[in-house]
Amino acid sequence: MTLATYVRKRVLVSIPVLLGVTALTFSLLHLTPGDPVDAVLGFQEVDPDVRESLKAEYNLDRPVWEQYLFWLRDALVLEFGRSPITGRDVGATIADRLPYTLVLGGAAWLCSLLIGIPAGVVAAVKRGEPADEVSRIAALAGIATPNFWLGLVLLFVFSVRLGWFRVIPPDAPLLSPATLRFLILPTITLGTASAALVARLLRSSMLRELNASYVRTARAKGLPERTVICKHVLRNSLIAVVTVAGLQLTLLVDGAVVVEQVFSWPGMGRLLVGAIGQRDLPTVQATVLVVAVSVVLANLLVDIAYAVLDPRIRDER
Amino acid sequence: MTRETRDRSTTDRGRIRIEGFDEAVAADRDDDAVDRWADGRTNDAETPSRGRFEDAWRRFRSNRTAVLGLAIIAALSVVAIFARPIAFSTAEYTITIQPFSLAPYDPAEMYVGPPNAGPSAAHPFGTDWAGRDLFSRVLVGGRFSLSIGVVAVALALVVGIPLGAIAGYFGGWIDELVMRVVDILYAFPFLVLAIAVVAVVGRGYWNIVAALALTGWIGYARLLRGEILSVKEREYVTAARVLGTPDRTIIARHVVPNAVAPVVVQATLNVGTVVLTAAALGFLGLGLEPSTAEWGSMLANSRDSIAAGHWHRTAFPGLAIFLFVMAINLVGDGINDALDPQGETAERRRR
Repeated sequence: MTLATYVRKRVLVSIPVLLGVTALTFSLLHLTPGDPVDAVLGFQEVDPDVRESLKAEYNLDRPVWEQYLFWLRDALVLEFGRSPITGRDVGATIADRLPYTLVLGGAAWLCSLLIGIPAGVVAAVKRGEPADEVSRIAALAGIATPNFWLGLVLLFVFSVRLGWFRVIPPDAPLLSPATLRFLILPTITLGTASAALVARLLRSSMLRELNASYVRTARAKGLPERTVICKHVLRNSLIAVVTVAGLQLTLLVDGAVVVEQVFSWPGMGRLLVGAIGQRDLPTVQATVLVVAVSVVLANLLVDIAYAVLDPRIRDER
Repeated sequence: MTRETRDRSTTDRGRIRIEGFDEAVAADRDDDAVDRWADGRTNDAETPSRGRFEDAWRRFRSNRTAVLGLAIIAALSVVAIFARPIAFSTAEYTITIQPFSLAPYDPAEMYVGPPNAGPSAAHPFGTDWAGRDLFSRVLVGGRFSLSIGVVAVALALVVGIPLGAIAGYFGGWIDELVMRVVDILYAFPFLVLAIAVVAVVGRGYWNIVAALALTGWIGYARLLRGEILSVKEREYVTAARVLGTPDRTIIARHVVPNAVAPVVVQATLNVGTVVLTAAALGFLGLGLEPSTAEWGSMLANSRDSIAAGHWHRTAFPGLAIFLFVMAINLVGDGINDALDPQGETAERRRR
């Protein structure tokens, strides 16, 4: 199978998934107990007349499948209506918040690679030695630590007690030095679990590669162990890290939801949790949809990247 | 059924053996005989027979950290059960199931001490804003986290295993259907999906369990399906099918038992993830009622208490979550190593 065929096939598979994702997100409105108009209104009391006009405005008087198509058409152009609670345009709110989550998530991802890759390499090379055991326990602990609790502990020690960082984000643009300085603790908090995942995965993948015959060849022709590990084994093992990028993304999104809460970081997670607290359903729907569609697209890109890096897998699916 | 094929060194094991059709079997060939024969075959070559599980248990026991994890889980479970008496009361009488009380105070009783007091002899973990004893609350809190984790994972297995087995075994449109649903649900991060479900059905113990089970089954279904795709090509499955064993019997007795091991490992490890997610929901105020002595809910307003310097209100419930999830992961890791010691064999080959 050529790369183009593979990409075409993979994109075609994504389309029903995207439709399903939108349908599921749309159905949140109708699954919520009570009249959908109440959900759109944020459960406020209004005149029956206003109610009827709103019903017409949101097409709620039409059959469900028509409502879905209308909603889908609007969602395609990122038109999510107004929030019944704040009165602001939901699409504009998301456009404000999304960069914050992207910066936090990107920083945490880099942090996870910077910690996870060396830890995984050390564990694999020193297999069975104390360094491996320490790395294993540290990785298990990193996965077991509730990230909101880690964030609270860091916040207490470094912000409240030592005063090195601010407790709430500074009132400055996102990419200003003050904001980036504040970002250090949230990044560590969010990156920890991800780093542990990368370390464990890289360790097992490297152990598998170390048994390959090309490693024996490389050693037999007298290459220094360092070159064997860095140039041959690590390179081939890193492909495994690419394949979990999709999983890592969902882990980071889940983490961001709570970490943003801990550090009052005005991103998508805080928007989602706040919207649920206020029963602001249009905002909940739009946030969930943006997250889910991003995950689908990211997984698509990961699979294509994988197919580029390792042509063997093109024929497997 | 004693046959000399128990000898593991036989070079042609895994082949379809014609001598399986010996006259004694062929004479009274009914479904039972077919199954017994097929069972005999699986036991010889492929099924983790009792010997292999004993082997795995031996490896597990020799893994010190895994045994430590098991001990921690056992201790936390005992503490959770005996923290407060368990009793059902009706209008007329009360049935006490468990009369012991390890916790010094009622976890819900307010002002048993001064509010926000730090750890002391009377209150080892201090007290919260309402003067409730945190030590008692942490002990009792295990009941929620432990039971939510186990029940949600069990429910997810009950949904995921049959769906994964059917999809993997039959293939075709039913496979497509199940896997597309799995793909769609996979697009939603675990916590985001759980939050969305809670947003719809509301808070509460069973709602949380339902939300976590609903988001958890997809992983097991996908994993089991993948395993079954390779298991169903094995000779003993082909043989069973050729002999006319009903699909249901093949799935239940030959295919699933041989494919389920990775799912069990995954499920064990997932108890930790589920407990973390339940705690995160509690932290976000979307879990149980805010005043419940659940580990996550106890952390719900800890941002403010931390800013006020009341570190003990955050430290102890969080440590409890960490300890439990860490123990689960150690056990899961141990089970993984015990069932799949291939890393070891590969290592030996290298040296």
